[in-house]
Amino acid sequence: MKKLKNLYWSVLSGSAAHIIKRDDIVWWKAWGIRIISVLLALIVCGFVTVSLTDLNPIEMYITMAQGAMGTPRLVWNLFQNTAILLGVALAVTPAFKMKFWNIGAEGQILIGGLATATCMIFLGEKIPAPLLIPVMLVVSIISGALWAFVPAYFKTRFNSNETLFTLMMNYVAIQIVAYFTLEWSMPKGSGTPRTLEFGQLPVLFGQKYLINILIVVVLTVLVYIYLKYSKQGYEISVVGESEKTARYIGINVKKVVLRTMAISGALCGIVGFLLVAGTDHSLKSDTAGGRGFTAIMVSWLAKFNPIFMVLTSLLIVFLESGASKISEVYRLNSSFSDIITGIIIFFIIGCEFFINYKIKFNKKEEIVC
Amino acid sequence: MKKVISLLLAVVMLVATLGLFTACSSDQQVSADFKIGFIFLHDENSTYDKNFLEAAEAATAELGLKPEQVIFKTNIPEGNECYEAAADLADQGCNIVFANSFGHEPYMLKAAKEFPEVEFCHATGTMAHTENVPNFHNAFASIYEGRYLAGIAAGMKLNEMIESGKITADQAKMGYVGAYTYAEVVSGYTSFYLGAKSVCPSVTMEVQFTGSWYDEALEKEAATKLLSNNCVLISQHADSMGAPTACENAGVPNVSYNGSTQSACPNTFIISSRIDWAPYYKYIINQNLKGEAIAADWCEGFEVGSVKLTDINENVAAKGTKEAIEDAKAKLIAGEIHVFDTATFTVEGKKLDSYMADVDTDANYEKDTEVIADGYFHESEYRSAPYFDLQIDGITLLNSKF
Repeated sequence: MKKLKNLYWSVLSGSAAHIIKRDDIVWWKAWGIRIISVLLALIVCGFVTVSLTDLNPIEMYITMAQGAMGTPRLVWNLFQNTAILLGVALAVTPAFKMKFWNIGAEGQILIGGLATATCMIFLGEKIPAPLLIPVMLVVSIISGALWAFVPAYFKTRFNSNETLFTLMMNYVAIQIVAYFTLEWSMPKGSGTPRTLEFGQLPVLFGQKYLINILIVVVLTVLVYIYLKYSKQGYEISVVGESEKTARYIGINVKKVVLRTMAISGALCGIVGFLLVAGTDHSLKSDTAGGRGFTAIMVSWLAKFNPIFMVLTSLLIVFLESGASKISEVYRLNSSFSDIITGIIIFFIIGCEFFINYKIKFNKKEEIVC
Repeated sequence: MKKVISLLLAVVMLVATLGLFTACSSDQQVSADFKIGFIFLHDENSTYDKNFLEAAEAATAELGLKPEQVIFKTNIPEGNECYEAAADLADQGCNIVFANSFGHEPYMLKAAKEFPEVEFCHATGTMAHTENVPNFHNAFASIYEGRYLAGIAAGMKLNEMIESGKITADQAKMGYVGAYTYAEVVSGYTSFYLGAKSVCPSVTMEVQFTGSWYDEALEKEAATKLLSNNCVLISQHADSMGAPTACENAGVPNVSYNGSTQSACPNTFIISSRIDWAPYYKYIINQNLKGEAIAADWCEGFEVGSVKLTDINENVAAKGTKEAIEDAKAKLIAGEIHVFDTATFTVEGKKLDSYMADVDTDANYEKDTEVIADGYFHESEYRSAPYFDLQIDGITLLNSKF
């Protein structure tokens, strides 16, 4: 069978070489391939830079690094943005591991943020912060979970397509938030959100983002343990591998789907809470800023492993902040830095192919046979 | 100390209003460690930001600043990112940080409180006159006067259409694409309408809102809707090329904003009003170099070149437009006419003698200041950003959910 498959690939890819699936790869080889691909990406970016601009690529990379972590403030920003993106990636991961394509993180974050903002506006003056903040957290968790539960329910009840459903729910959430942004905007009708004074997360040790970062660190550990060591985490993997097997060994697939999506949504709700109460102190329809989609890449790149996700989210945030520094320092249109980050991400994703498959160059006798 | 600062501020504002600052030394030596940072909502693809960017380049070049003394941060959203961008500019040693979008304001204010030694200047905002943070400043221009003149060009065009028999006087209906329903936009379309009405008394106008400052598709759609409602001329207050492009496609004349769109719309562009930010940039840089305070709330117009009109597209504009505009401009400067003269408009059929406007921004939208006196609405006098938010007769809002 394997031979047949190899033959098929060799026909497909011409007779000079063929592609074989690797059964297993030792960790150092895999990381070697990843490092080589990053180096190649940097070289290609260097060529692109030289051909399109008159910049020195080495200087450009130094500028990028300075933009991402040149000052203590930038380092804190890097950690803060990484934490938020990581939080969303953690949220989508349980669903993805179950092969439930939750594209709706953006909307789930916004609904969580809306719940937080509602509490801040209507309860802000009425109850003290030590009580208000837990209320905000609980309400946003419930809202996010409910928002994610809806498509899961339709999936289990009517076998609706979850990709389209969760995607559509994003637009609904964006419009709802846009409505309230306008309703609460200051000055009236300007569409500019008001600053939410009450219920802002406390500043720890003089660092305003520390609390966000700590919360996400705790979440990372919890999600890791949940997926790897808990019974429910195991059920998620089984359902993801094969629904039929899961059913055969007595797992209630519907229950797992509903529960996992609720968890996914709840985690998104927490991110919404962190963004509104801990970062922006306001709410508008782009509060999530596309992180619901970027997080999908973070999660996939890390192969759904929460610990690796720390690295992948750090990489993406590093590239983004470095890229904006390029347009700032060299007065280039942001499209150029988008090209650079695009190339780097392309190589990093592309190298997974070489980790999963190897190319074997055909010897003469093989062609004969 | 506070008293000294407020006294100083009052003196400087007085000087500013007297217009003396225009004479301020252009021979001011720019020290090598002076830096200014700019925060822009979008980049040059937005007509709004392009206008700011070009003015910043022109003003800093004119004052002899080297490229490394001027930092641009583009595509900064109206969120915490703005605060971080402002703080980063302060970290980089900027003496002045400027931001150009309305929603940047709370984040600029936050940064201003954290960096008292850096001047934070914010265009179009409303909070500086009440917040009393000495290093936080708002600025605007009396653009309603520019729009009024652009409205005259529109009215002249309508008159030409009426005279040539293309439309009847009753069919002189203009369309206007607006972003949001708040004072900045209301003041803009009302002054435009009143300008047109001053030469074409039968004119009416429909306004369609998009609920966004920059959405090319929505703006185009709104303009198309107005055209299908038989509007014979379109203007807009939104930042993309959506409306001008829709006009060019339909062959309907357009009065533009933020700058000339003639190169993209040669057959329909008439004229555009815009704010030139260069005088303000030069003012804040010079004040800073002299070690003098910057006005908390700055608003200027034609006299210092803050409000400008582009060249008229003679192929489209009616004959005599230029003369009519020059004439009205001279009268506006002399104070002989006022844009919001209460004799020229009615609200629900009545002439207004008194109106309380929401000048001090607050969460309850409290109306706090009497703004009608001497027979006209005093726009941009009690704060730089517009506060004219009356719905006058003759203008129909097609959708006011935004």
